[in-house]
Amino acid sequence: MASFLEEAEELFKEYKEYIPTHKEVCDILDKEFLSKEDLIKLLNVSNKEDILLMVKKAQKLTRENFGKVILLYAPLYIANYCQNGCVYCGFSCKKEYRREKLSFEGIENELRKMKEEGIDSVIILTGEDRINSSVEYIEKACEIAVNIMSEVSIEVYPLYEEEYRRLSNVGVIGITLYQETYQKEDYEKLHPFGPKKDFEFRLNAPERALKSGFHEACIGPLLGLSHPKKDVLCAILHAEYLLEKFPKTEISISFPRFRSAGTDFMPLYTVSDKEFIKFLIIARLYLPRVGIVLSTRENSSLRDALIDVCVTKISAGSKTTVGGYAEEKDEDSEAQFEVEDRRSVSEVVDVIIKKGLRPEFTNWVKGVKNI
Amino acid sequence: MFEIGGKLLKSRLFVGTGKLPDYSLIEKMYYEAGVEVFAVAVRRIGPNTKHTRNVLEYIPNDAIIMVNTSGAQDHKEAVKIAMIGRELTNSNWVKVEIEKDTKYLFPDSIETLKACEILVKEGFKVFPYIYPDLNLAKELEQIGVEAVMPLGSPIGTNKGIGCEVLLKPIINEIKIPVIIDAGIGRPSHAAKAMEMGADAVLINTAIATSSDPLKMAVAFAKAVEAGRVAFEVGILKEYEYAQASSPLEDFISG
Ligand code: SF4
Repeated sequence: MASFLEEAEELFKEYKEYIPTHKEVCDILDKEFLSKEDLIKLLNVSNKEDILLMVKKAQKLTRENFGKVILLYAPLYIANYCQNGCVYCGFSCKKEYRREKLSFEGIENELRKMKEEGIDSVIILTGEDRINSSVEYIEKACEIAVNIMSEVSIEVYPLYEEEYRRLSNVGVIGITLYQETYQKEDYEKLHPFGPKKDFEFRLNAPERALKSGFHEACIGPLLGLSHPKKDVLCAILHAEYLLEKFPKTEISISFPRFRSAGTDFMPLYTVSDKEFIKFLIIARLYLPRVGIVLSTRENSSLRDALIDVCVTKISAGSKTTVGGYAEEKDEDSEAQFEVEDRRSVSEVVDVIIKKGLRPEFTNWVKGVKNI
Repeated sequence: MFEIGGKLLKSRLFVGTGKLPDYSLIEKMYYEAGVEVFAVAVRRIGPNTKHTRNVLEYIPNDAIIMVNTSGAQDHKEAVKIAMIGRELTNSNWVKVEIEKDTKYLFPDSIETLKACEILVKEGFKVFPYIYPDLNLAKELEQIGVEAVMPLGSPIGTNKGIGCEVLLKPIINEIKIPVIIDAGIGRPSHAAKAMEMGADAVLINTAIATSSDPLKMAVAFAKAVEAGRVAFEVGILKEYEYAQASSPLEDFISG
């Protein structure tokens, strides 16, 4: 098992019942960098006053490190074929479902439509299916995207190092890959068959991508699949591990919460808004320079409240159906999960400006290297 | 007026643009705070979109763009980014910023030196962001950079001139301008940098993230000017013992 997971396990065991006093919280917040013990102690805080103090510091750290800028992006689902049977997912291969895959022309149409909306940073997504969504197909899609968008990332199944290198050479700058859960036993139960069953291959994928020339990696658990606090602790330590190993890259973290996806899967854990906010704040306190990404899975009022606290990047105007931008599609019945914030890009931009922040659509124009 | 990079400038306050809440502040700072030099990160010079305009469109024609290589991981990338920046902006002023890590954002001295050597040969006006390291500053001077930009404190910390004892020798020994970059959080820190004899300061976070960036830029401009005037007049030394106060003086000198 990865060393940071072992460390998380030990910390969790040792401090399971430990609730820091108010004085201790203040002492921790006074530090420039928190220790791992501080991290787990803060995760145990539930007192509102203390959380509000944490919010204050998180906001200050975000402003110092990222300025008054919020990055915007949108996902593009190019295919929904999948060989896995993740018990919680609407795209699972066990589900009767209309499978489709965009043609290259279709991909271009979608991207142009997104661009018209003002999006300039895209994440290309597929389900996990090496035959129907081959690396060649993804590579070609990325090539098209690089010519249209300033910034292209991927959220596809874990690849091998050489494959990531191919995409990096095309100009892809970032990878998003959620581990779903860092608790191996639960992971194996949730992924009963298919290539995704391989916990380690997925866990080590961001590392392979960064090794192959990617600038950015966004990681995290899908909250609710397993013990949330444990998963958050693991994800933060995972981010720290990547930062230490690849000090020149940019690491982001995201904590999507489980949403119903047309399956009868009921998560064992639910994460309240309060807990969710606390998790994001603590990620910021422990890793002041880590990016924090918030998707449209969260509702608009919560997103608006978090935008000027700790978040650095949000999605906007997202469609989670294959080909949902150029064509009208039923988001409710065909999407991988429910989108909560359905505002247009313009509406989200307005909120950002009203908050005194500047919307920004690119962090690495054409990956800089590939201009 | 002072000369730097072959230009005569009135303002010794340079401003970074990356963290600003609104690019339209750039023009206001130019007119109302007299800022003439704006640093722009090449990696962020995006095209116009439906919702945003390219940062370059906000920079007044007479202002100077200092392209910044931030995001470069080594000298090769820095050189490439500088070249792209020159093409995009038509400015050959380049701030060489190559950072070793994203935790502290400390500059990578070895890669910076290599990049500067190449960029000077390529005809750029080169402004390297460095540690306050006298030996490195001297080498860069030899290479032919326009100025050195040592950090006052680690980037974004607002801690002021934390590296004073290391900065002084650079200011004393180096003939090219010294621009204190990074760590300056308050106008009084900037004034102090100027009193010490720095030629200019570059401010980013402290202006961009204040509640009124324009007013804060004006405050910085004033502080920079005050500090500079004081330096030129000659700051009085703080004496531990009052001068010539002993009645014995006559006997001693007699
Ligand atoms: S979560 Fe991904 S891998 Fe799992 S079934 Fe859904 S699309 Fe396939």
